[in-house]
Amino acid sequence: MDIANLKAKAKATRRLIIEMLAEAGSGHPGGSLSCVEIITCLYFHIMRHRPEEPDWPDRDRFILSKGHSCPTLYSALALSGYFDLSHLKTLRKLGSILQGHPDMLTTPGIEVSTGSLGQGFSIAGGMALSARIDKKPSRIYVLLGDGEMQEGQVWEAAMSAAHYRLSNLTAFLDYNRLQIDGRVEDIMAVEPVRLKWESFGWDVAEIDGHNILEIIDACEKAKSSSKPSMIIANTIKGKGVSFMEGKVEWHGVAPTKEEAEKALLEIEI
Amino acid sequence: MDKIATRDAYGKALLELGRINKDIVVLDADTSASTRTGWFAKEFPERFFNFGIAEANMMGYAAGLSLSGKIPFVSSFAVFGALRTYEVIRTSVCWSNLNVKIVLTHAGISVGEDGPSHQSVEDIGALRVLPNMTIIVPADGIETRKAIFAAVEHKGPVYIRLGRAKFPLLTEADFKIGKARIIEDGKDVTIIACGLMVFEALKAREDLLKEGINVRVVNMPTIKPIDREMLIACAEETKGIVTAEEHSIIGGLGSAVSECLSEYKPTLIKKIGLKDTFGISGTPEELLKKFEIDSDSIKKAVYSMLNGKP
Ligand SMILES: Cc1ncc(C[n+]2csc(CCOP(=O)(O)OP(=O)(O)O)c2C)c(N)n1
Ligand SMILES: [Mg+2]
Repeated sequence: MDIANLKAKAKATRRLIIEMLAEAGSGHPGGSLSCVEIITCLYFHIMRHRPEEPDWPDRDRFILSKGHSCPTLYSALALSGYFDLSHLKTLRKLGSILQGHPDMLTTPGIEVSTGSLGQGFSIAGGMALSARIDKKPSRIYVLLGDGEMQEGQVWEAAMSAAHYRLSNLTAFLDYNRLQIDGRVEDIMAVEPVRLKWESFGWDVAEIDGHNILEIIDACEKAKSSSKPSMIIANTIKGKGVSFMEGKVEWHGVAPTKEEAEKALLEIEI
Repeated sequence: MDKIATRDAYGKALLELGRINKDIVVLDADTSASTRTGWFAKEFPERFFNFGIAEANMMGYAAGLSLSGKIPFVSSFAVFGALRTYEVIRTSVCWSNLNVKIVLTHAGISVGEDGPSHQSVEDIGALRVLPNMTIIVPADGIETRKAIFAAVEHKGPVYIRLGRAKFPLLTEADFKIGKARIIEDGKDVTIIACGLMVFEALKAREDLLKEGINVRVVNMPTIKPIDREMLIACAEETKGIVTAEEHSIIGGLGSAVSECLSEYKPTLIKKIGLKDTFGISGTPEELLKKFEIDSDSIKKAVYSMLNGKP
């Protein structure tokens, strides 16, 4: 898909996120908006997958380790054709196929259930290992939060991916500098991030996480690496909605109908 | 009587399985010499993965491997493999009913000298509350082998709890997940046991017979799902039930039996197990005696039950 189309998809995704969260009345806008370009590029340009055949064995896989950002993933899945767009309005409601955090048993296209931070990263490693054992062409993509990086399990998984040379594993860090209680730097500093991943044996790229060309380029480079790759994506939490951008308050609060209208007007421009 | 450690039986069963089933992969966390997964590692290095001392991550990797059709066996000591990993087992494995086989050794206080940090007496309780989980505590090496093979046939998470010590060989009959078996019949009281305690129950039975007391001994290797039919039959056919396990009396076999019978056939039940306490260092024999989870304690429980004073 060309850049203009990807940009349009990203815009559509942002609109869907706002509409869906306003309808649900709860959920996580900040971290959903910060990873829109990453997930859009993965589903509409980078990954080999078949919405009409979700279980295609040779598909690439995406694991949303920061599961609370599922509105972005649900939008991408719906726009890809895994299920009808009308489901987005049922997010978080009783009986919905779209649970509050990703559930592989209820949502077509979800590779694995997440929501407990740190766990998805290990599972992604297991998938990459499996693909390697079977000499499958599949690449495994996983998205981590910067706060999530504080979990010990993330570093256990980082070590093992390097140890087993999982070059088919590409991770994104949604480096939006915020978590729930405040700035990552103040809560539990994670810097120097690049050095940490390099010293754990990963290939590291640093990009603007809202720049489509940079995302695609970094993923292409990761394909030829002999190590697992970490793409540090500098992002803005709440990106695209001025009153949410960089605001820790918008981590886990849904917009009201009025706020949603205001947000949608901005995304239109 | 022949003796074999259940972990040895596990190591051998894995070798057998590895030869016939290419989907079997084995994961360990720097305990492969003790859990005997090292034997598999030697024969199938390309299907064995050591994760170092990082159990939670190992469990997550197992979830990922199972999602691509592998049948991962995850091993460590029971304390670390069941409890350090607990929330990963819950969310990454059980929630989505993934096909991960968790086989942990060194369970219970018969671990002995290593002391409380290594004596897992809470694992059954912890894992039993997880939806989709199946829990098996084999009584000996023969049953261990059968349980491992049955776990491969079963779709979904299975926890198999093994010991460090050598257990006498007692079982021969077919093993089926969810089925308990009367190994010695009697009418006075039923002793329901799992793991090493089956042997202690049989010892108690022999002594009691000399005193004219005839107890039934039931081997109940599957703690979840519990064999309700067997429990109801024992409650109806004998005068009370004594449970025996190398686990806390909270959450384990005794609790599972009590929960079931309180609902379907209220019965007097006495539980032999760790009485809400941690273990200490000592030899396995000393510890079983000290914590009153041996044949003598089972006998006492039977007496008190027959006297109507549990
Ligand atoms: C293990 C775990 N602990 C706590 C939480 C609650 N929680 C949900 S989101 C979040 C903050 C995540 O911050 P970050 O990883 O930076 O995500 P983002 O900023 O992209 O939203 C926390 C603590 C959780 N989901 N999982
Ligand atoms: Mg963040």
